Amino acid sequence: MVFEKDLNLDATELRLGLPASSKESLRISNKRALPDMNDDSGVAAAKKCDQETAPPTKAQVVGWPPIRSYRKNSLQTKKTEAETSGMYVKVSMDGAPYLRKIDLKVYKGYPELFKALEDMFKFKVGKYSEREGYNGSEFVPTYEDKDGDWMLAGDVPWEMFINACKRLRIVRGSEARGLGCVV
Amino acid sequence: MNYFPDEVLEHVFDFITSHKDRNSVSLVCKSWYKIERYSRQRVFIGNCYSISPERLIARFPGLKSLTLKGKPHFADFNLVPHDWGGFVYPWIEALAKSRIGLEELRLKRMVVSDESLELLSKSFVNFKSLVLVSCEGFTTDGLAAIAANCRFLRELDLQENEVDDHRGHWLSCFPESCTSLISLNFACLRGEVNLGALERLVSRSPNLKSLRLNRAVPLDTLQKLLMRAPQLVDLGIGSYVHDPFSEAYNKLKIAIQRCKSIRSLSGFLEVAPHCMSAIYPICGNLTFLNLSYAPGLHGNKLMKLIQHCRKLQRLWILDCIGDKGLGVVALTCKELQELRVFPSDPFEAGNAAVTEEGLVLVSAGCPKLNSLLYFCQQMTNAALITVAKNCPNFIRFRLCILDPIKPDPVTNQPLDEGFGAIVQSCKGLKRLSLSGLLTDQVFLYIGMYAEQLEMLSIAFAADSDKGMLYVLNGCKKLRKLEIRDCPFGDAALLEDVGKYETMRSLWMSSCEVTLGGCKSVAEKMPSLNVEIIDESEQMEFNLDDKQKVDKMYLYRTLVGHRKDAPEYVWIL
Repeated sequence: MVFEKDLNLDATELRLGLPASSKESLRISNKRALPDMNDDSGVAAAKKCDQETAPPTKAQVVGWPPIRSYRKNSLQTKKTEAETSGMYVKVSMDGAPYLRKIDLKVYKGYPELFKALEDMFKFKVGKYSEREGYNGSEFVPTYEDKDGDWMLAGDVPWEMFINACKRLRIVRGSEARGLGCVV
Repeated sequence: MNYFPDEVLEHVFDFITSHKDRNSVSLVCKSWYKIERYSRQRVFIGNCYSISPERLIARFPGLKSLTLKGKPHFADFNLVPHDWGGFVYPWIEALAKSRIGLEELRLKRMVVSDESLELLSKSFVNFKSLVLVSCEGFTTDGLAAIAANCRFLRELDLQENEVDDHRGHWLSCFPESCTSLISLNFACLRGEVNLGALERLVSRSPNLKSLRLNRAVPLDTLQKLLMRAPQLVDLGIGSYVHDPFSEAYNKLKIAIQRCKSIRSLSGFLEVAPHCMSAIYPICGNLTFLNLSYAPGLHGNKLMKLIQHCRKLQRLWILDCIGDKGLGVVALTCKELQELRVFPSDPFEAGNAAVTEEGLVLVSAGCPKLNSLLYFCQQMTNAALITVAKNCPNFIRFRLCILDPIKPDPVTNQPLDEGFGAIVQSCKGLKRLSLSGLLTDQVFLYIGMYAEQLEMLSIAFAADSDKGMLYVLNGCKKLRKLEIRDCPFGDAALLEDVGKYETMRSLWMSSCEVTLGGCKSVAEKMPSLNVEIIDESEQMEFNLDDKQKVDKMYLYRTLVGHRKDAPEYVWIL
């Protein structure tokens, strides 16, 4: 990390504080400048290094913020896992010759998921109601949960569903009656 | 002085347990020194390079418990290269050769190899307790040796270590005859564990009081473990992801309700936030709650959980709790003594969810607050002054504003007055970490008021040498001073070199001290090791005394230069 020491350049005056304030640009001639930490605070560091290589915001100072490497690595892992690992589940449809796999994480909710399934398998899901499940369709989306039970997709909140769903199965409407109760 | 026979004095000394007090006792006279040293069982060494294992063994032949700390504190933040030092092997080797009956070893920031763990496990018949905090250098193979060979093991406590996980069978290495476990903490291991072996181990450990699991332990195993160990006092949950309508969840609810002794809860390394209601039955008794590794838990679910924890004394949380959540803490946790708020997104400085408002709320609602670690987006002088008024009992006050030179956003002033209020009000303050825009003025206040201060951490602060001088002159009880990126130079460093002998250590990095200045300290004070850490190899080619030193670490020692320093460390 190269810290700029000479801060008295006229061209790029280092000012600390909110952009609106012009009372005093605090004398910081002895202090080492920081790379641009936070756009909002109006800090603009004089940089000798290439502007193209440095990202416009959020440069990192070594060892700051002061949190243990172990903790930092843990959070990074969680973030990366959350961002990159998919939640792939198999999808089968009665009568289809082979199964498909989809990543549940890419969908924001049931409507998107069902649209994707409809496109994939060329069927229509039908209208959902709590009492009756899916009406007006030959096919019904179901899933196997962590206990191994086959459940009607759509009853529980989305977050809960994607955590519980092990695989999806699109069943013929005639078989699907009786689904929707737990235990 | 010696009206009593030695045995009586020894019996009296048995009641003196604090290290400080025992050290004082040993200084009274030769006779007391002798009695004390033969009866001493527990020794704490804050810097492993300040003394040698041989001298330790010679002085305390009855040693049973040893605590050692290795690397300087800033090593936690990647400011110290990995192989700088702090190796435990020579200590274990020396103790093994001696007749010391070691029973407990507690290490912090040390390098621990599998060889040292294996040697440890084979050398001390009565070894009972191993606690490793922030250490590195070992794998699960070393743990397997401990499990297999320490027949009377009571405690294996691994806190935030970087462990090379070979996904082996270390848990299975505990023999069937091992039934003595009281505490098992492997939360920091990243790999799979043998769940069957874990269940059997817990089943045959009737004294197990503390169990902290890692992410690889799923919910159904947790439920089985809790059924077998309802006497647990401290629980660390690994994975907590499940469907709230499932059978497994119902079973878990029942199991948790049986655990009426749980006072400390941590982990939730993976969490489904809609399933926290199973935990509510035990929340009312909790004194310690650590959710600092559970970023999935926030918002209303988190607040609801906290509302059940009326007896909480220590809370470790992520900043996604927000100021609003801290308000809930303030209303609920009237017994709160320690609060730690960690950043959930350390590199996105703009997104931190707590500000000065949250801290003020907690200070108003929790009058017993005495220990704080607070990572926040911003802080104001007014808030700090209010906090100082509300909570005059702070012993530890560590504030970290994510933008380290940010001024008071309301007044645009440095935070000198705010921190000044803290040190003036909190007469018992022992540890202080500063951040935000700070001038020499704050150090004037610290020197004037912080009479009990033992440890001070400074970063990106001050205008001149005066800052450091105020501190060195004023804080008579200062033991550890660590400074980074401040304009302190040779004048400050050399003003009173004798002071450093009264302290454990001084760290200065990215300051203005020169090679010449450091050499001067080393010359005048042979009882100090003055280390220059320079990985860039600049030192090799340019030995100009006027050269600025990137990292300097000096510490008092009774045993001279250490022999295990790597190439890029120069001991002057």
